[in-house]
Amino acid sequence: MGRFVARRLLQMIPVFIGTTLLIFLMVYSLPGDPVKSLFGPKAADPATVERLRHQYGLDKPLLEQYWNYISGLFKGDFGQSFTGRPVADLMAEAFPVTIRLALLAFGFEVIVGVALGILTGLKRGKFLDQIVLVLTLVVISIPVFVIGYVTQFLLGLKWKVITPTVQDSMNIGQLMVPAIVLAALSLAYVTRLTRTTVGENLRADYMRTAVAKGLPRKRVIGVHLMRNSLIPVVTFLGTDLGMLMGGAIVTEGIFNIQGVGNTLFRSIQTSEGPTVVGIVTVLVLVYLVSSLVVDLLYAVLDPRIRYA
Amino acid sequence: MPEKTSPEAGRSTVAAAVVGAAELTEATIKTQGQNKPRSLGQDAWRELRGSWLFWASGVLLVIFIVMAAFPTLFTDVDPRQADLRGHYLAPPNWSHFFQGDWFGYNGQGQSVYARTVHGARASIIVGVCVTIAVTVFGGLVGMLAGYFGGWVDGLLSRITDIFFGIPLLLGGLTLLQAFTHRTVWTVTLGLATFGWMQIARVMRGAVITQKQADFVTAARALGAGTGRILFRHILPNVLGPVIVVATIALGGYISTEATLSYLGIGLQDPVVSWGVDISAAQSQLRDAPHVLLVPATFLSLTVLAFILLGDAVRDALDPKLR
Repeated sequence: MGRFVARRLLQMIPVFIGTTLLIFLMVYSLPGDPVKSLFGPKAADPATVERLRHQYGLDKPLLEQYWNYISGLFKGDFGQSFTGRPVADLMAEAFPVTIRLALLAFGFEVIVGVALGILTGLKRGKFLDQIVLVLTLVVISIPVFVIGYVTQFLLGLKWKVITPTVQDSMNIGQLMVPAIVLAALSLAYVTRLTRTTVGENLRADYMRTAVAKGLPRKRVIGVHLMRNSLIPVVTFLGTDLGMLMGGAIVTEGIFNIQGVGNTLFRSIQTSEGPTVVGIVTVLVLVYLVSSLVVDLLYAVLDPRIRYA
Repeated sequence: MPEKTSPEAGRSTVAAAVVGAAELTEATIKTQGQNKPRSLGQDAWRELRGSWLFWASGVLLVIFIVMAAFPTLFTDVDPRQADLRGHYLAPPNWSHFFQGDWFGYNGQGQSVYARTVHGARASIIVGVCVTIAVTVFGGLVGMLAGYFGGWVDGLLSRITDIFFGIPLLLGGLTLLQAFTHRTVWTVTLGLATFGWMQIARVMRGAVITQKQADFVTAARALGAGTGRILFRHILPNVLGPVIVVATIALGGYISTEATLSYLGIGLQDPVVSWGVDISAAQSQLRDAPHVLLVPATFLSLTVLAFILLGDAVRDALDPKLR
């Protein structure tokens, strides 16, 4: 087990370096000058541009800039945004909000998605199954921003059940509806995935054995069926937590939540290189750690898998 | 999805039991044939013909593709013709079928119906082109990694992992904001760059299973070269799962293109596209919801049609699920 974790951690290093380097290259070497865009439509004063470039280290070769960034990371220094604030400060404001939103959405996705999936998987072909299947297809087909706007329009503007936009980004009650919107797509996938695996495993030999040896139905379904059916679902859920945090761009924009997605989108639009790179670095870390956790959970769920 | 209880089901279950887990080789299914052996393709086509999902999504797709190719068949109103004084945010006339004011007018006084019909082209071109690019590139990477194994696999799989760390929407946003002038082709490039990894993984897995099959050893013993083994022997046997993933993903790319356009980082105004129209309509949602809801409905129907088609094809290609 320990050796496996160590090997996985070592494997994560090239992926981490690769992904951050990729985003670094995209942000800094593609056309579009972040320093010149600070001046807006006005002509930039060459001397000021030079000074700013030097101040942010943009006059150095790209790989050296990357090296400086990575070595700064180990000291907890994410660099400085072009507005002069440390990127770490910006992130300290944005991440708590998005973590709340993503965890709410994740909880919703796990509880409702898995429950619906098990229910429909057990009752395949029945009325409820058909309804849920059609609903999940509808949710998958409609883009998130449309779902968001329609929810905002109906609940916020027409029926006035919620405030149309979130007033206090840290208030869990207000984050509830945006979290459901954010979770909708993944929820539909989780439901369909759980339904498929439950349906497949129902027909497995070990299920017949379990029933034949007289185990109570509760135990057959709760232990034998669940443990085998949830493995692919756990894989999906593990990679999804990171996606929820990065994918909140649209939802946060519609409901005016001051989280990572909103900050990231604004930074991309204004060519705020350091902020974009900083946020993406943290998102990549979340993604890597959650896929490691998934691999470890495999061993818990499936005793056939042993890590030497 | 309806459970299928055709007489085919019994035979296929036997075949599936013989073939085992993820293997769907043409050769093995052929040996199970009764009188006349059928190939996997023919078998799948028989299955598809009887599926209402296939016909429903097929009809929808034909309509949208004709709409994309020949928009003037559906409307003779110019989508860029703006009459601000006469038609500003005019509500829809639901009974005026196929006329300029069927779905009302937008904030520029342009016919929402004409714009929606003409908008099909951009979305479908982006969706189809991204899917082709992703299938070819991802498929190639997956095949090489799966077939050669060793350090080639290690290298290619790490590169795949690296791109997997960046979500599609996020990568597309970062790449595309660098272009001040974005066309259908730039958006295609942006989406394809961050979309190929899933196909690569599916392909790699399928090739690893197939390369140990006897027919590969036989081909090698007969002196076939690597290229011939890969493209003539292995490729036809692994195409099934790849086609399914690609078809379902196509809907997703159309949806992502619209999301990018909605965020203002996808297609731009002279191009008529659903995403551009939805993006423009959001500020008037309270006064004129139809301007947003009509293109959004067409967009969702297209995505739905591709997902349904992918589902139907998967059911047809995978006898395990019958």
